Amino acid sequence: MATVTRVNTETVLEVKDLRTYFRTRWGTVKAVDGISFDLRKGETLGIVGESGCGKSVTMLSLMRLIPIPPGRIVSGEIILDGDDLVQLSEDEMAQMRGKKIALIIQDPMTSLNPVFSIGDQVEEAIKIHQDLPKRSIAEAALQVLRKVNIPAAESRVKDYPHQMSGGMRQRVVGAIGISCQPQVLIADEPTTSLDVTIQAQYLKLLKDLQKDSDLSLIFITHDFGIVAKMCDRVAVMYAGRIVEHGSVRDIFNNPSHPYTEALLASVPKMDRDVERLYSIEGQPPPLHNLPVGCSFADRCPSVMDKCREQYPETTTVSEGHSANCWKLE
Amino acid sequence: MQKYLVRRFLLAFVTLLSVSLIIFIMSRVSGDPRHIYLDDYSTQEDWDRMGAVLGLDKPYYQQYGIFLKGAVRGDFGESVREARPVTDVVIERAPATLLLGTVAFTFSLLIGVPLGILSAVKRGTLIDSFGKFIALIGQSAPPFWLGIMLMFFFAVKLGVLPPYGKQDWNSIILPAVTLGWYYAAANLRLVRSAMLDVLDSEYIKLARAKGVNSRTIILKHAFRNALIPPLTFAGVTLGALVTGSLVVETVFAWPGLGRLAIEALFAFDYPLLQGVVITFTLLYVTAAFVVDVLYAYVDPRIRYA
Amino acid sequence: MAADLSGILVAPPTRRDKAAGIYRKLKRWPLVPVFLLSLVVIAGVFAPWLAPHDPEKGELRDRNIPPAWSGGVKATKTVVAQLSINERGTSVTLRDAQAINPDAQIGDEIEISVQPEGSTKFLLGTDQLGRDVLSRVIYGARISLIVSIVTLGVGGSIGVAMGLAAGWYGGFIDEFLMRLVDIKLAIPLILIALVLVITLGQSLWIIVTVLCLFIWPRFARQVRGEVLQLKHMDYVSLAKVSGASTVRILFIHIFPGTINTLIVVATLQVGIVILLESTLSFLGAGVPPPTPAWGSMVSDGRDKLAGGVWWISTFPGLAIMITVVSLNLFGDWLRDTLDPRLRQLE
Repeated sequence: MATVTRVNTETVLEVKDLRTYFRTRWGTVKAVDGISFDLRKGETLGIVGESGCGKSVTMLSLMRLIPIPPGRIVSGEIILDGDDLVQLSEDEMAQMRGKKIALIIQDPMTSLNPVFSIGDQVEEAIKIHQDLPKRSIAEAALQVLRKVNIPAAESRVKDYPHQMSGGMRQRVVGAIGISCQPQVLIADEPTTSLDVTIQAQYLKLLKDLQKDSDLSLIFITHDFGIVAKMCDRVAVMYAGRIVEHGSVRDIFNNPSHPYTEALLASVPKMDRDVERLYSIEGQPPPLHNLPVGCSFADRCPSVMDKCREQYPETTTVSEGHSANCWKLE
Repeated sequence: MQKYLVRRFLLAFVTLLSVSLIIFIMSRVSGDPRHIYLDDYSTQEDWDRMGAVLGLDKPYYQQYGIFLKGAVRGDFGESVREARPVTDVVIERAPATLLLGTVAFTFSLLIGVPLGILSAVKRGTLIDSFGKFIALIGQSAPPFWLGIMLMFFFAVKLGVLPPYGKQDWNSIILPAVTLGWYYAAANLRLVRSAMLDVLDSEYIKLARAKGVNSRTIILKHAFRNALIPPLTFAGVTLGALVTGSLVVETVFAWPGLGRLAIEALFAFDYPLLQGVVITFTLLYVTAAFVVDVLYAYVDPRIRYA
Repeated sequence: MAADLSGILVAPPTRRDKAAGIYRKLKRWPLVPVFLLSLVVIAGVFAPWLAPHDPEKGELRDRNIPPAWSGGVKATKTVVAQLSINERGTSVTLRDAQAINPDAQIGDEIEISVQPEGSTKFLLGTDQLGRDVLSRVIYGARISLIVSIVTLGVGGSIGVAMGLAAGWYGGFIDEFLMRLVDIKLAIPLILIALVLVITLGQSLWIIVTVLCLFIWPRFARQVRGEVLQLKHMDYVSLAKVSGASTVRILFIHIFPGTINTLIVVATLQVGIVILLESTLSFLGAGVPPPTPAWGSMVSDGRDKLAGGVWWISTFPGLAIMITVVSLNLFGDWLRDTLDPRLRQLE
């Protein structure tokens, strides 16, 4: 099921106890509340959860693109290549973005600037981070566009975004992401607005690019199908925290947190006939007003008294597989 | 692009034609033009001869044709009040209005656009409140009153600027500020709201993710997109320039077309009035066309549509 | 960003949150604009009972009296036998001087009051004909009120009808109407309005007719846009299938859907109508004198400014500005409350 890629043991990115809070009219929203994970070279990590679970805020925190105010990284470390991104000044961080850590955004239809040509937008990324003469920049941009399989790239650089299809635009966004050979590439639901065939092509492209350059990928998604296809490891997020973390095989074969089980149960399966799709009862708790104990307690089928009193500790299920649930004690 | 420009050009042409028709109808509705030229001592013979000269003995559609033919050649007849060709009078007065309009428009851009950007970037701060205040006054204060108040304060009370007329270089300040304030307010509002939308967009997020610094984000990526709504709106604001110049030139006794129009109006000098109205329309249509071209330049979606 | 935060921010509020929300709503109600607008409406409706003086008659000896709080201005002038124009500011004739001090001689310096003290009889002072400025401002509200209500009613209805037709039928009618709107933008309408008023005579009804020319396109454009959206709604198709007549569909099914927008457009247009009406009266093509209109009052005071008589122009102008500011603020609030989609609307 999971494509096993060659995984080094060298850690590229390490996130420790990251907390990002938003000040809103209802109080402080703990969108990301103490998450830790690491990412190794050439590895793909999937961050999965419902919308509003904090996965996109995690992604924005890693890029340091949280809108301030109302948001703020309250504490934690994001160590990339020896630097703690949380401590960098805005200018230093700008130097990191695109060069060491890059981003591919959800919506290809709106993520390119309508008034600049494709070529300009790819070249800009290169120009910022590499001190090259003008000709070489144009050449490099062309190369990147070829890499993401844009047909007739040399004639399309002069095109504007509105002249391209959604799939093509998504490739351009991808090209911008990889243009400076970043160490970490974050893909935020990169395929949700594409149709299925184009989605498959795009995922394959990402996979190929990863193999070529030993790129580490973080996939932000709610789609377990993509996780199964793309990822080596998975972190399941719920209400701003990582509730289960392990290899794709562990998560799929031995889900240890009731939330993970519920999520997997709600994925439609081709090989089984079911009357109705399983869906999780209830709503995630409001993030400004989290319950004292486990955030999932109210929706959990196997809830215990203890769950409402204290947040469960991280329990190791097996080597590299951990979950936060009292029933594992 | 070509199709777009041809369309805009046609629209400009149709506008001019409609205005000329409206003016023609109005001049005929308001009575026989011979009443203006001839006095009570004229004979029936004079009356008929004049009718033949002006083509009044022909049916209305032919009269309109004659009027149009004259207009195309820049011939709007004789001004009754000044007893010389309308075209001469208009040409004499036009530079003052063009000067005033240009200075006012520049002023409005210099005030409105930077303040609009600042208000959006520093949303919710003191600068934003200041911008809102300027915009609200510009939108709500009648220009004629604003002009009078400025005149009272700067010319009468402080005595630092001439109250009216067009003599020294500094006599343009008060009229230009009065006229420009409205646009400054309009530009400010439009740039601010467009800028807010743009700054919130996904492509700005992506640009930041590329590592573009904040200054370049605002000045390069956001600014050009934020210019589109004010440009779309420029047609409307340019139209208000005409109204504005009527009022402002009257308040400050500025010797331009606006004041000429009011003078002609109250002197019942219809030929002169026709000439001024057509000139105003022509100025507007030309300016609007330039804006359309600029618009296409800024927004590639128009250029390649 | 927004898409993913939505789940967080729209979390169901608790009871205490709700209380805070109501407070905030109260606080965000446009109390000041509504208060000021009510003042204008009350002034307009009850002018005869509110105004302390007749707005159209005044005593010449009461002319140019400053507002009540003004202490008057005195200046020292030289007494001369004959006054030439450019000596007015510094000299005074023997006759005038002796009226104040019977001993005055030619060549004396005499302190003379150039501006009388204000009196509580005329709170905002009097104009060049001795008429009470306050009373005139109060009556002026009446003209503005009548003009805006009638213009809005007539012009708005025309605009709505045009917009409904253009949106519903599309095709040629639509194209024609929208071109008309475009052309309207390009015509120096104010000039044409001036010509019409001057040629046809200055009367309230002609002014209202002319102002209708200004405002219908805004309504037409907005309604057309709404109709284009609404006409594809299922309930409209259903009404069509069940055999409702076009007129019925337009007025029973589609028109109500545009009302929110119309209220916002109308509020913002009232401000424009008031500005236009006052501009016409300022230029001398408004309601004929001596009926007090704000615009013509500003114009009356213009020549007196140089002599330091500022109040004749200032107060009616302030009245216009306060009314229009309130209308704009109230309109903005309505727009945000009723129909946030209209944020682009100017």
